[in-house]
Amino acid sequence: MKALLSRLRGRGLSGRRRAEIIPEGRMAGPMPWVIAIMVALTAIALAAGLALGNAVSSARAEIDGGITVQIIEPRSELRAVQAARAVEALKTMPSLAGLRLVPQEELDALIEPWLGTGIASATGSAIPVPALIDVRLKGPATPARLREVAYRVAHVAPSARIDAQSNWLRPVFEAMVSLQVLSIALVALLALALAAAVLLAARSALGANRDTIEIVHLLGGTDAQVARVFQRSIGYDAAGGGTVGLALALVVILALARRFSSLGAGLVDNGALAWTDWLLLALVPVLATLLAMVTARFTVLHALRRML
Amino acid sequence: MSADGEIIHFDNVGLRYGTDREVLSDLTFTLFEGRFYFLTGASGAGKTSLLKLLYLAQRPSSGAIRMFGTDAITLPRGRLPMLRRRIGVVFQDFRLVEHLSAFDNVALPLRVAGHRERDLAGPVRDILEWVGLADRIEARPETLSGGEQQRVAIARAVIARPAMLVADEPTGNVDPDMALKLMRLFEMLNRQGTTVVVATHDLDLLRKVPESLIMRLDRGRLSDPTGALRYPPRRPA
Repeated sequence: MKALLSRLRGRGLSGRRRAEIIPEGRMAGPMPWVIAIMVALTAIALAAGLALGNAVSSARAEIDGGITVQIIEPRSELRAVQAARAVEALKTMPSLAGLRLVPQEELDALIEPWLGTGIASATGSAIPVPALIDVRLKGPATPARLREVAYRVAHVAPSARIDAQSNWLRPVFEAMVSLQVLSIALVALLALALAAAVLLAARSALGANRDTIEIVHLLGGTDAQVARVFQRSIGYDAAGGGTVGLALALVVILALARRFSSLGAGLVDNGALAWTDWLLLALVPVLATLLAMVTARFTVLHALRRML
Repeated sequence: MSADGEIIHFDNVGLRYGTDREVLSDLTFTLFEGRFYFLTGASGAGKTSLLKLLYLAQRPSSGAIRMFGTDAITLPRGRLPMLRRRIGVVFQDFRLVEHLSAFDNVALPLRVAGHRERDLAGPVRDILEWVGLADRIEARPETLSGGEQQRVAIARAVIARPAMLVADEPTGNVDPDMALKLMRLFEMLNRQGTTVVVATHDLDLLRKVPESLIMRLDRGRLSDPTGALRYPPRRPA
């Protein structure tokens, strides 16, 4: 970290290096490490929020217009007739994007993990599994559209039950959105904590360098000149710390991404970060540096106003 | 600056720290451009306090101060640096910046005035050479003797060619030869138009600048044995 900060400060260049009015290191101390940790936590929280957001929007887009029509009829012949009529009735709907009567083999495969195979031959009768019609609408399945589907199906298939697919996952979505809000709140809190840490560091550095600042004032130095020194110092610290913090965060994010991708679950896979998300993550240390510099500047200017 | 060459005017100025008694009372005087003033008085008479008012380190408790044609009392804080840049100060305790080398300490007034880095080296080296510190350019104050620190402080005070130079006991820590040399430097600056105010209780020093004017402080009140500072001022011939 020290080498990085030195490089940022331009040490080692040929010729006489301009001496800072405020001694280097007074401002630094543990500050770059504090900023590194803050930036790492912020980037991880932001990545989590973005991934959750992606997963929610992607899943929503997938199932938003999805409706499941179940024909709950124990007599298989009647069930097949009602299912076929329901399909015919729905085909004329103007908002229809797609329609599929789920084949019996697929339904058997769905219940196979629980009931096994060959039930009909073993018991002499098949289990009356409802017939399923997977309906896709253009646009979301609003209550009005659900009522329209119910109206069309009711005449031809009285045993039908209609559900919007998004209703099943609503609690999951709500939980994910809550987590997303939590991640945004964490980012905001970490930004506040960073500003508070910089404020304390700036105040402490001001106190430690009070005599020097007074001399600079008496020699005709302005508040802005003094503030610029502090601002630059904290800027170097924040840039160095931020770079290290972002690198740490990227390691964590990539490791977590590998873990989640190996789950192979649809909802999780949809949470992959887009390039714009990576760009946002790359901006975290930049924004942290700006925040730190602005905080340092205002803290110093505010404190200097009390001096003559 | 006013037409008659007045650069500083104190009108009934008083100063007290906190709720203590006044350390300076009823100060009314005018300093003129290009004059050499000695400020004398016993220890505790208020010399340093008066100098603090002159180099704008302190606001008075009462009265009015006009500096370079500007009301220094009502002047907004943001405009004080422009006035301060016209005043060079040699502090009694030198007040060198500890972490800066002799070069950087001397260069400080030029840097705060916005001079370019490449324009600093020549003047700074010249002035350090003049005060006999050419071989101590990179030395930090802690490695310099008291006399050397004082010379760095003087070099810093004069490097920007101030309109007024204020020096608080500038020869207190130097040998007689160096004291004479420094007084010659002050005289040289004075001849170039700089108003010089030197606070001292070294009466020998007063004799070294025969054309100087003397202000004497006695328990916070001013008297002028030369008669040069009577109000309204009568300009010396």
